[in-house]
Amino acid sequence: MMLYENIRLALFSLVANKMRALLTMLGIIIGIASVIAIMTVGNSVTQEMTDSMASLGANNVTVMLQQKEEEEESTKEGVSFGRGSRRNSNVQEADMITKEMINEYVEKYADSITAISASQSVGQGQIKDGNLYANVSISGSSTGVFVADDTEVVAGRFFTEREMEDASMVAIVSDTVVTNMFKGENENAIGKEITAYVGDRFYKFVIVGVYEYEQSPYMISTTSDKDKETTLYIPLKTGQNLAHNENFATFTVVTKAETDPDEFAKTTKQFFNAYYRKNRNWQISAFSMASMVDIMSTMMGSLTTAISVIAGIALLVGGIGVMNIMLVSITERTREIGTRKALGAPNSSIRVQFIVESIVICVIGGIIGIILGVTAGILLANWLGTPASPSLSSIVMSITFSMAIGVFFGYYPANKAAKMDPIEALRYE
Amino acid sequence: MDKKPTMSLKGITKNFFIGSPNELHVLKGIDLDVNEGEFVAIVGQSGSGKSTLMNIIGALDRPTAGEYTLDDVDMIKAKDGELSKIRNQKIGFVFQTYNLIAKTNAIKNVEMPMLYGGMSARKRNDRAKELLELVGMGERMKHLPEELSGGQKQRVAIARAMAMDPSIILADEPTGALDSETGRLVMDLFHKLHEEQGKTIILITHSPELAEETQRVITIKDGLITGEREGGAQL
Repeated sequence: MMLYENIRLALFSLVANKMRALLTMLGIIIGIASVIAIMTVGNSVTQEMTDSMASLGANNVTVMLQQKEEEEESTKEGVSFGRGSRRNSNVQEADMITKEMINEYVEKYADSITAISASQSVGQGQIKDGNLYANVSISGSSTGVFVADDTEVVAGRFFTEREMEDASMVAIVSDTVVTNMFKGENENAIGKEITAYVGDRFYKFVIVGVYEYEQSPYMISTTSDKDKETTLYIPLKTGQNLAHNENFATFTVVTKAETDPDEFAKTTKQFFNAYYRKNRNWQISAFSMASMVDIMSTMMGSLTTAISVIAGIALLVGGIGVMNIMLVSITERTREIGTRKALGAPNSSIRVQFIVESIVICVIGGIIGIILGVTAGILLANWLGTPASPSLSSIVMSITFSMAIGVFFGYYPANKAAKMDPIEALRYE
Repeated sequence: MDKKPTMSLKGITKNFFIGSPNELHVLKGIDLDVNEGEFVAIVGQSGSGKSTLMNIIGALDRPTAGEYTLDDVDMIKAKDGELSKIRNQKIGFVFQTYNLIAKTNAIKNVEMPMLYGGMSARKRNDRAKELLELVGMGERMKHLPEELSGGQKQRVAIARAMAMDPSIILADEPTGALDSETGRLVMDLFHKLHEEQGKTIILITHSPELAEETQRVITIKDGLITGEREGGAQL
């Protein structure tokens, strides 16, 4: 009964000072809104990334060249993000993984391997025909690439054994290319010849298949659909011929379902590093997609936490604002407090009245913040192209947290009000 | 005295700024008995200590020394919580400046003591309406204090003082801010409460005429009772 009266009173005093209440709430609103928005986006991005990486093949093991550290140290997972990125800068063909190595490897571990996905990049370029164009990156790919990437050919066919052996000038293109170049059904593109320009060279390919392009969610793309760069698959051997390179800097192993990818990654690393013991600059790193997913989720998690801490500071500042306005409020209402005491209000009632008022400010601020945060989170997630998943737990947490802020920052002013001397309070001008 | 005193003060003193060089002796030893159902006026110049005495009687303040019993309760030993309860249930305050809660309508103002008295919402509402009718404010129950004249505000304040049906009403210059006509109305209300409901009323006033309407007039000067005489209104 008393609680209801106190809430009613608090709402009354908020309505009486709308502008002030809103400004006071602003800190809480901004704090809660940013926490919720970040949580929502963070959640959906992490979720989407984990899902898609898992769908790319949780049992894939990626093998790549890695520059040797001065002190021969590498990270626990065997992946060095900072230095690994330099691997293409000055890698010599002699340092690369050879076909012989891979063949030996496949022979030795045939029980654990489903397919090898190896590719040779020819470069990024453009398919042109009059005014029509489509951006592509040309990749000579083994059949394993389609297994590893889970790519489905929706029209036409895969490369034949013959085409692979003969290094034929055939290509499997994305539906984006079909839309851009042929403005029509995927089927219409089959058998057509395209000309791809890479730098000052150009290559002619015959389209044998079309796959459905899926935007990878962790690559934020700002280009329009039309300008999107998609992969143009050609047989591995064709790619090697065009790039004048028979060796690989990287390839992916699709392991059998019963193989533990993490364990197999270690075995693989050991196997290949046997070849690189004497190499001065390069070694082999192998990691499973599963461990990549873990690393990514951990990274996203700590990013979310870090931003949330900053938002938490905004909340703290908001809380101080609430305390400040509560102190102003009790000073303004000193006579009212004195009158209430004269009418028989015990100190506890006065204290509860002002704590409730502070909680009401914070909770209303919190609710507005949640609404804004969820909206912003959904908009952001949409913009990033990931499905939004506002987390219920963070909403519940926000409400609880704003109540806690209300109690914490309301207690001191409320206690000050409760302890006022009734006579002085009544005399206050 | 044919009645047992409801209120008894003996040797009440009140000092302010105790221990400092400007220690102030506001009350220097007040002995006062008030009987149940008595209408008493306390007169004195400003600074005489009558308001301080009123605060002590009303359990808003504690004396520095002395004895005070109210309906057999030792008010010196009572804890703060007990004093709150006594203020709520035994004493009704009427102030010179009305002290209605701003932005809160008449009915909610009258309900306030009942809220602290733990009365149910319906009972509060019924009683508040009844009391506002009694003071002639039945037509303006939903009005905010800002929308009422001084006399009307004071009538709401009297209704509020009556809310918990206290035996004692303490009125500190209740007509001080009113013109003589509305002041008259307010005084009539006090007489009505005194005569019809047998309330003990202690009235602080500057006005000798108003004091004369009561049963007993007590004069305070420099913190001491210097005079006590019968008023004009003897039963």
